[in-house]
Amino acid sequence: MKLKPEDLDKIRQRMKSTSSLREGAGKARVNVHLGTCGIASGAREILKAFLDAKAEAGAQDVLITTSGCAGLCNKEPMATIELAGEAPVKYIELTPEKVRRIFKEHVLGGRAVAEYALALGSERIS
Amino acid sequence: MEDLALHVIDLIDNSLAAGATRIAVRVEERPGADRLLVQIADNGHGMDPETLARALDPFFTTKPGKPVGMGLALFAQAARESGGGLEVESSLGGGTTLRAVFGLSHPDRKPLGDISGTIGLLQQAHPQVAFVFDHTIVEEEPNEAQTRRS
Repeated sequence: MKLKPEDLDKIRQRMKSTSSLREGAGKARVNVHLGTCGIASGAREILKAFLDAKAEAGAQDVLITTSGCAGLCNKEPMATIELAGEAPVKYIELTPEKVRRIFKEHVLGGRAVAEYALALGSERIS
Repeated sequence: MEDLALHVIDLIDNSLAAGATRIAVRVEERPGADRLLVQIADNGHGMDPETLARALDPFFTTKPGKPVGMGLALFAQAARESGGGLEVESSLGGGTTLRAVFGLSHPDRKPLGDISGTIGLLQQAHPQVAFVFDHTIVEEEPNEAQTRRS
C-alpha cells in the first residue's frame, strides 16, 4: 500500500466520524497489543486483519485501537476484546485466520472463541 | 524486527504512550552520501534528562510491570549495525525527536518495508492523532552543518 501525505488526512477524517463510539457508545472494542514483542511476532498483520474484517463487515460500532505490551511476550501476538458490559477477553498467539474467526464469532456474534483465548495455565512463562 | 517499518510501529507506540497528538515520520534517502535518515518527531510529554540518559538502555523502562524496554535500544542497534547511529532529543513538555542514520547501501541495513502502509494502519486505529509521513530522495551531496543539530 503506497500512501500519499493527504491520504493520512482522509483516513483521519473518515475515522473521526466514528469518534462518538470512542466515547463509550460502541458495541465492541478491539485492542491489538503493539509492544516490541508483539510487533516482532506479527502484530502488524493482526491489526490489518482486524481493520479488514471490520471494513468487510461494515461494522461501524466496533472500535479498533492499539496499545503496548500486554505482559505475556511469549504469547504474542495478542489482542484484547471488550464487548459492552462484559469482561474483556485476551486472545493469544493470533494469526490472521484466527482473527477472522474471532471477529465473526466474538466481536459480531457475542460468543468468545474459547480455544484461542488466554486460559488458565497458559500464562506460564516457560 | 524484519524491516524498519516494524521499528517505526514500536517507536510510534512510545509516542502514543507519551500522549502525542502529532507524530511526524520522515524518511530521507541521500544516495550521494550513502545515507538514509529516519526521523520520528512527536509532541508527547517528552523525557526529563535522567530518563533521556537511560533511554537507550534495554534494561530500563518507564512502563510499570516489566523489567526491559527494548524498542529504542533495538532501533539504535539497527542503525549502528549499518554504520550509522541514533540521536534522541527530548525535554519535558517539549516532545521527542528521534533521528536515526543508516548506511543506505550497507549490507546489514534493514529494508525500509512498507512504512506508509504501516502508518496508514496506525492512523485508522488512532484517528485522534495527526500522523504525518514524508519520504524524499535527496540527490545532491548533503551539507553536514545543516543536517546535524544538537
